[in-house]
Amino acid sequence: MAGEAAERRHLLDVDDLTREDVERVLETARSFSEVMRRPIKKVPSLRGKTVVNLFYEPSTRTRLSFEVAAKRLSADVLNFTASTSSVEKGESLKDTALTLRAMGVDAVVIRHPVAGTPWLLRRWLDVSVLNAGDGMHAHPTQALLDLFTMRERLGDLEGRTIAYVGDILHSRVARSGFKACLAMGMRVVAVAPPTLLPPVLPEGVEVSYDLDEVIPRCDVLYMLRVQKERLLEGRFPSPQEYSRFYQLNLERLRAARPGVVVMHPGPMNRGMEIASEVADAPHAAITAQVAAGVAVRMAVLFLLLGMGERGD
Amino acid sequence: MADLLLRGARVIDPFQGLDEVLDVAVSRGRVSEVGKGLSGEGREVLEAEGLVLSPGFLDMHVHLRDPGREDEETLESGLEAAVRGGFTAVCCMPNTDPPLDNAPLVEDLVLRARGLGLADLFPVGCVTRGREGKELAEMGLMFASAARVRAFSDDGDPVVDSGLMRRALQYVRRFGGVIISHPEDVSLSRGGQVNEGRVSFALGLRSIPALAEEVMVARDLLLAEETGARLHLAHLSTAGSVRLLREAKARGVRVTAEATPHHLVLSELDIRDYDPVYKVNPPLRTPEDVKELRRALADGTLDAVATDHAPHSPEEKEREFDYAPFGVVGMESAFPVLYTQLVEKGELGLPVLIERLTLGPARALGLEPPDYGEGVRPGARADLVLLDTVTEWVIDASAFASRGKNCPFHGWKVRGRVVLTIKGGKVVYRAPDYRWSREQGEKVRERT
Ligand SMILES: [Zn+2]
Ligand SMILES: [Zn+2]
Repeated sequence: MAGEAAERRHLLDVDDLTREDVERVLETARSFSEVMRRPIKKVPSLRGKTVVNLFYEPSTRTRLSFEVAAKRLSADVLNFTASTSSVEKGESLKDTALTLRAMGVDAVVIRHPVAGTPWLLRRWLDVSVLNAGDGMHAHPTQALLDLFTMRERLGDLEGRTIAYVGDILHSRVARSGFKACLAMGMRVVAVAPPTLLPPVLPEGVEVSYDLDEVIPRCDVLYMLRVQKERLLEGRFPSPQEYSRFYQLNLERLRAARPGVVVMHPGPMNRGMEIASEVADAPHAAITAQVAAGVAVRMAVLFLLLGMGERGD
Repeated sequence: MADLLLRGARVIDPFQGLDEVLDVAVSRGRVSEVGKGLSGEGREVLEAEGLVLSPGFLDMHVHLRDPGREDEETLESGLEAAVRGGFTAVCCMPNTDPPLDNAPLVEDLVLRARGLGLADLFPVGCVTRGREGKELAEMGLMFASAARVRAFSDDGDPVVDSGLMRRALQYVRRFGGVIISHPEDVSLSRGGQVNEGRVSFALGLRSIPALAEEVMVARDLLLAEETGARLHLAHLSTAGSVRLLREAKARGVRVTAEATPHHLVLSELDIRDYDPVYKVNPPLRTPEDVKELRRALADGTLDAVATDHAPHSPEEKEREFDYAPFGVVGMESAFPVLYTQLVEKGELGLPVLIERLTLGPARALGLEPPDYGEGVRPGARADLVLLDTVTEWVIDASAFASRGKNCPFHGWKVRGRVVLTIKGGKVVYRAPDYRWSREQGEKVRERT
C-alpha cells in the first residue's frame, strides 16, 4: 500500500481506487471513527503537513468536514474561498496553482463548479490533489462516505439494491456513487423523470421513471437534491408535480423493506424531494453520513499523505 | 525574380483532372511551361522528384480576428499561417470586432491583404447587420465592392430567425451569392461543452446533442430548396447531418458542405484530462460520426475541407473547460493530418483530398478564374504548393506562424509536409530545414 499510495497521490474520482483501496479507506475510516468517540479527538499523523482547502463554490459543510478531518490529524489547514465571479475576472486557476506550488503545501482539496478542474490543477501542481466536487462530474469522498454509512447499517453490500432518486443528470453525487456502488457489487437503479436523466447511463445502471415501483425492492433509497434552477429550465412543470411523483414521504416509505436506509447528500429541500417526517425518521442515515464524512476524509488524507512517504 | 523550374513532381491538378509526373516552369508570376524534360537553363531548378505539386489550396473558413483581436491573430500572421499550410487563398469569417458587415470594412481588409502579398483574401460578409440577427446587412453593396464578397454568414452564430434566413437566401439570388450556415439550434446547445452521450455523462460536462446541428441543417435545407438559393453548410459534424445533406443533394437542392480536419480525425473519445484544446463548436462527436463524415468526404457528399481556424490566446484557452472558448487553429496542420489519417490509411485518394482543398471549395463559393482556380497550365497564375508525402516529421504548434497555438495535433507524427508555397510566382514559403538536392529526390524516390 505504501508504495502504491506514493504513486497514486491524488483522489480525483472513485475509479482512481481499486476495490482493495476502497476497503482500506473504509477500514481506516472505521478506526478513525473510534478516535472521534474519545475525549481528545486528535492524532498526530499529519503533523507538519499543510492542507489547502481551495473552494470556488460555496459549500460550508464539505469544507468544514475536510477542515475538521485535517485538523484531527494535526495538519495545518488553510482555507481559500473564492467566489466564482471574482475568479473569472481575477487570478487564473493556473496562477493560483503556481502560487500554491511555490508555498510548498502538501495537499490541495478543491471544490469547483466546472467539471474536470481538479485534472487541470494536477497538471500544474506537483502535490496531492483531492477532488471535493467538480461541477456535475465527481465527488469521490461523498461516494466513500456513503459506502461507509451503508456498510455500518447493512453490513456486506454485495447484491444489495440502491435507488438514486432525483436530478441524476446534474449530480456528481450520483456519478461517483454509481461507480462506487457497482464496484461493491450492488444493484443500482436511477429513478427520475426523463428530463433529469442523462441520455446514456453507465452499463449496469437500471433506469426507472416510477419511484413507487422501485421502492419495494430497495435496500437504500438515496434522495438527491433538486434545485430550483431545474424548474426554470423547464425540466419539470412545478415543485408540486415533482413531489407528487418523486418525493419520499411516509406513505411511500410504508412500501419499503423494513430495514431500508434513507440517505441524502444534503443540504435537503424538505418538502421537495424528501418529506420532513422521513428525514427525521429512524430509517434516515443522514446525520450518520455527516459523521462518516469526517472519518472517511481523515482516512483519505491519512492514506494519501501520512503513509507511503518514499524512503528513497 | 528568377524564373523557376520545378522538376519531376507528381502534378495533381483537379481543375484539369491532371495527375502526372511533369516539369513545371514559372516565369513572371505565371506558369510558363508544363511538360517533360524542360530545360533548367537560366532558371533556378528545384529537384522535386517524389514530391507532389498541386494548385494552392483554398480554405473557405478561417477566423483571422482582424480587426478587433489582433492579440490572437492579425491579417499578417493569419495569412502567413495560410501559406505555410499550403493555402494561397482563404475566406475569413466576419465575426470580428467590428463585424464585417459593410463594404468599406471588407475593402480595407482585401487591400491590406494585397499589400502583404501572401495569400488571396476573400472575406465572407455578414448576413445580418452587426451579426445581430435582426436585419439584413448590405450584402449587395459588399458584393459590388472591390472585395466582391460572394459568401455571407453570421458564423459563430446561426441566423436564428427563420423568416430572416429565408429572406437572406431569396435576396442573394439577385447576384448569385451563397449563404453559409453555421448550423446550430442554440436552444438545444446552450451551455453545452461536449457532445451529448456516453462521454458527456462520464465527463460530467453539459452537452450538445447531435440534434442541435441536425435541426438547423434540416431547416436551412428546406429554406434553400424553397428559395432556390445557394446554401453552404459549415463544419458538419454528425452522421445525421450527412444523411440530410445526401437526401437534399439527391433532390437537387443547391447545397454544398464542408467538414473540418478535426471533425474528420478526432472524436469525443480523444478528449483527455479536460484539456480545452479539444473544445470546439460543434463538439467532437462519436467515432461513428467520424466514419460517416469520412465516407461523405470520399464520395463527394461533402464538397470541401475547411479548417474553421480559430486562434485563441493561451490565457483564454488554458483554463477551466467551461470558461475556455471554443475553437482550434488548423491551417498549418490541415494537410499533413488529413494526408496521414485519411490518405495513408487508404480511406481517400490523394487526388480526392486535393480536390476537396481546391476545386471543391471554389465551386461552393462560386470562385472562378481569374480569382482562383486557373490550375497548373501554361498562362495560369502561379499559385502552387509542393508537398513531401514521404518524410515523417512532428507537428510543433509552438513553431506556428499563427498566433494561436491551440492545436490538438501538436506533437503528432505525420507525413505530408508543405515544403514550398508559391503565390503569383513568388515563393512565399519555403520549409526552412528542408534539403533541396537531387540526392534528396533520389532518397524520396527510393522510399516511395
Ligand atoms: Zn461556425
Ligand atoms: Zn467558424
